[in-house]
Amino acid sequence: MPILAIQAIIIITIFGITLLIATYSTYAERKVAAFLQDRIGPNRAGPFGLAQPLADAVKMFFKEEFIPAKSNKWLFIAGPSLAMLTACMSSAVIPFGNTLRFEGLPEIRLQAIEVNIGMLYIFGVVSLGVYGVMIGGWASNNKFSLLGAVRAASQNISYELAMGLSIIAILMMTGTLSLREISLQQHGFNWNIWYQPLGFIIFLVCAFAETNRTPFDLPECETELIGGYHTEYSSMKLGLYLFAEYINIFVASAVMSTLYFGGFNFPGMDWLEANISKDPQLAHNIVTILGTVVLFAKIFFFIFFFMWVRWTLPRFRYDQLMNLGWKVLIPLAILNIVLTGGGILLGEKLGW
Amino acid sequence: MTIAEKMYLPAVFQGLSITMRHFFKKKATIQYPEQQRPIGKEFRGLHVLRRDEKNRERCTACGLCAVACPAEAITMVAGERKKGEEHLYREEKYAVTYEINMLRCIFCGLCEEACPKEAVFLQNNKMAPPRYERDEFIYGKDRLLEPLDAGNSKENIKYRY
Repeated sequence: MPILAIQAIIIITIFGITLLIATYSTYAERKVAAFLQDRIGPNRAGPFGLAQPLADAVKMFFKEEFIPAKSNKWLFIAGPSLAMLTACMSSAVIPFGNTLRFEGLPEIRLQAIEVNIGMLYIFGVVSLGVYGVMIGGWASNNKFSLLGAVRAASQNISYELAMGLSIIAILMMTGTLSLREISLQQHGFNWNIWYQPLGFIIFLVCAFAETNRTPFDLPECETELIGGYHTEYSSMKLGLYLFAEYINIFVASAVMSTLYFGGFNFPGMDWLEANISKDPQLAHNIVTILGTVVLFAKIFFFIFFFMWVRWTLPRFRYDQLMNLGWKVLIPLAILNIVLTGGGILLGEKLGW
Repeated sequence: MTIAEKMYLPAVFQGLSITMRHFFKKKATIQYPEQQRPIGKEFRGLHVLRRDEKNRERCTACGLCAVACPAEAITMVAGERKKGEEHLYREEKYAVTYEINMLRCIFCGLCEEACPKEAVFLQNNKMAPPRYERDEFIYGKDRLLEPLDAGNSKENIKYRY
């Protein structure tokens, strides 16, 4: 059963990479924030402050664990667990690379699980994520937490609609829900962003709202809600909430790179595969690994972009948020679907 | 609002470009314990009671500094120099105790200006450090007086002249 063992290794690796990137996102966030504000940021723990996430984790684990007296204890614990669980599950279907070929082994796909409904799976899991926030806010038995949770829930639901609609245009073009298939169709430089710029902008805005990032970070708002849905949380339970947010950013960046920016494809990969080595197997493997590196570069850019926007834009007011979601993004997404459909029909007529 | 403003995105990109410019700017941070912010020459910091070139105390407990002090932070008790103490005090009268209450002091420098003997100075390279207890802010001669070995070395303590 070598294929199962390999699959297990890949699943564990992807899980580990997800956690590692989320950990260092907290560090990167502080560094980026500092740099954008003409500061230096953490630089005391380890070289360049690289041990800062470790120090933060130690602090989180040693803080007092506090559960409010009138809270529902089980739900109070279930909230952050759910947030973390759903965040960790969603990176499973993202193709982090093409295939690796070895003598005497079946092709190894650099993807934890290959399902032909990958996009639906991600939507399903991500929409579960709102339960973590909602249950946490409800179980705290604090009206500010509840308000934060309600805002989070309504925001996530509103923007999930627009997000789903913006995806439909991509699905019409590609004709598949499998993220691997979508990646493979964008071979070379044939990226979806060239055909779906409007869809990408809608998706990007919705991704910001779904991950509760500024300018859509209404669930947590010190000035209005003390802390928002996690006001009553302390210690690692708060840590899990914040950590889940960073995992969500990573997954959102990965999905954006895969759907619109070619995933593991990069321009000139055919030429490279033909010229890099006489051994076609080795050439294929090298290109695959390069593709993975390229994908991670794209992902890191998007993670940086999330942070860049956070320290640029102020938070939306709640009615502005709802206006943007329902009156702007959803009609735009529908328009995008119509345009895409028209484009596809026109293409068939002209025989492209 | 014009259509361009309603679309938000141009303004968003403008904002992004502004923050990106700051990303590459020189940082204003001073790495404090290792690196200290330069203090101006005119800065008035912690007081010091100077000695003369023979390591004798300059202060003659005339009390002009206490009179000049608007915050009434300086108190002193004068005493008469005994025989055999000529190497300790420059003149016949000296301060037995000399206390400055740093909680009252406003670091105006009037004591320094009032002193006819050039005995009290406010250093421009040293601030009154934080303390935990109130009584620790009352600086006696033990903490105000220039140490013996520092006598005439102007490198150790910079004075305002």
